[in-house]
Amino acid sequence: MLERTGAMTGTVQRHALYCRGLVYQVGERRLIDGIDLDFLPFGISTIVGYNGAGKSLLLRLLHGLLEPSEGAVLWNGKPLSAKARHHQAMVFQKPVILRRTVLDNLRFALASRGIRDRKQALAALERVGLSGLESRPARLLSGGEKQRLALGQAIGCNPDVLFLDEATASLDPASVHAIEQIVLAASAEGTKVIMVTHDVGQARRLSDEVIFIDQGRILEQAPAGSFFASPSTRHAAAYLEGRLPETHQHPSQN
Amino acid sequence: MQDFASELKGALTQILSMDSGFVEIIGLSLRVSLSATAFSCLLGLVLGAFLAVSKFRGRQGCIILLNALMGLPPVVVGLFVYLNLSRAGPLGWLGLLYTPTAMIIAQTILITPIVAALSRQVLEDLHDEYREHFASLGLGMPAQIRAVLWDGRYSLITVALAAFGRSVAEVGAVIIVGGNIEHLTRVMTTAIALETSKGNLSLAVALGIVLLAIALAVNAMVASLRLSASRLGYA
Repeated sequence: MLERTGAMTGTVQRHALYCRGLVYQVGERRLIDGIDLDFLPFGISTIVGYNGAGKSLLLRLLHGLLEPSEGAVLWNGKPLSAKARHHQAMVFQKPVILRRTVLDNLRFALASRGIRDRKQALAALERVGLSGLESRPARLLSGGEKQRLALGQAIGCNPDVLFLDEATASLDPASVHAIEQIVLAASAEGTKVIMVTHDVGQARRLSDEVIFIDQGRILEQAPAGSFFASPSTRHAAAYLEGRLPETHQHPSQN
Repeated sequence: MQDFASELKGALTQILSMDSGFVEIIGLSLRVSLSATAFSCLLGLVLGAFLAVSKFRGRQGCIILLNALMGLPPVVVGLFVYLNLSRAGPLGWLGLLYTPTAMIIAQTILITPIVAALSRQVLEDLHDEYREHFASLGLGMPAQIRAVLWDGRYSLITVALAAFGRSVAEVGAVIIVGGNIEHLTRVMTTAIALETSKGNLSLAVALGIVLLAIALAVNAMVASLRLSASRLGYA
């Protein structure tokens, strides 16, 4: 089993991803409201917050899947481009599985990065524990296996930054554990992981830093240890205790 | 009733005899319709995939036009091809009027919008499912088109079979541009029309039975493909 403390040793920073003045607006409503964010260069950064806080939206903006209304996501000092996105990979909450075999799904993703070697695809399958299932129709895999396949596709591309959008939501504990081990291994090999999770336990197990977001704004960004030991905002404290903060409570609850 | 029974008996005898003229008509029908289906798939699938994957100003207008063209009247298509291929027409020098090639051209024009419109719908649904994954992988449009065409293969075969069914049963366009010439451009549908008008109902019924059998076979293939696809999780 991989130890959390070993995740960042001996690695070289391969990216500089940050954003400035990031706004995402739908109509009059600012779903992401002026976010400036620099990530810890290594390890796992976890974005947490209540439902509708803007976590997944922020992840999509950082990966360039959405265009910000204002501000910019910067990659090594330049606006994020399609080319820069080739240094990133993303795993979605609901894995997107092509109507092909397991191996063909993986080869499809790797081919997008110019990797056409079958051996590399097989190696990626082995990393996510799917060896032996190469020729199985991928859509017949279990939920946990599908998510591991999605992770294999992402990691097989050897990204500098790996985004995980609630990648273990609705999976059983064994699948969650398997995926966490794969993520820790990727992080230990130097991939920067930025993940969104609702699972506070998972955030405790994996995170090097935690970003707490509420109503499209960052309320707190801190090393994981200090965030969980003593969150500096009332909202974050309430979140960790499983309470709604006062501003979120319905008038009838007061 | 006795007439119907005797015509049916005559038709079955005709089918079982498999005389060369009868087989020739069926063979030409299949050749023309299969060729038209192949050409329309080449054009229609690419057009459908492009419309499914792309975003451009006027796209919705193209889709509406394509959907409208699905209901293109065969006789209008026949007339259009006739005017172009007739000796006085712009393509008259090709000498294609009243040949199987002219019939293939007419049927291709008739069923390409069907292939394009149906495949556009199928592939757009697929692309919606894959959109974020493709964006995350940074795929360009050609790669996206190739991917959805391959992943939608089972549904697209169904589209092709539907187009074939439409073309093999079509009469208006092929009778105008083919002329229903014996041993040259006579196909099942035009032969049925002719033989019925002549009162030779046995041959007309025999060809009708073959046409129905082809329709049934096509539907059986579609059902079988759908079953295989869903068993493999490819539906």
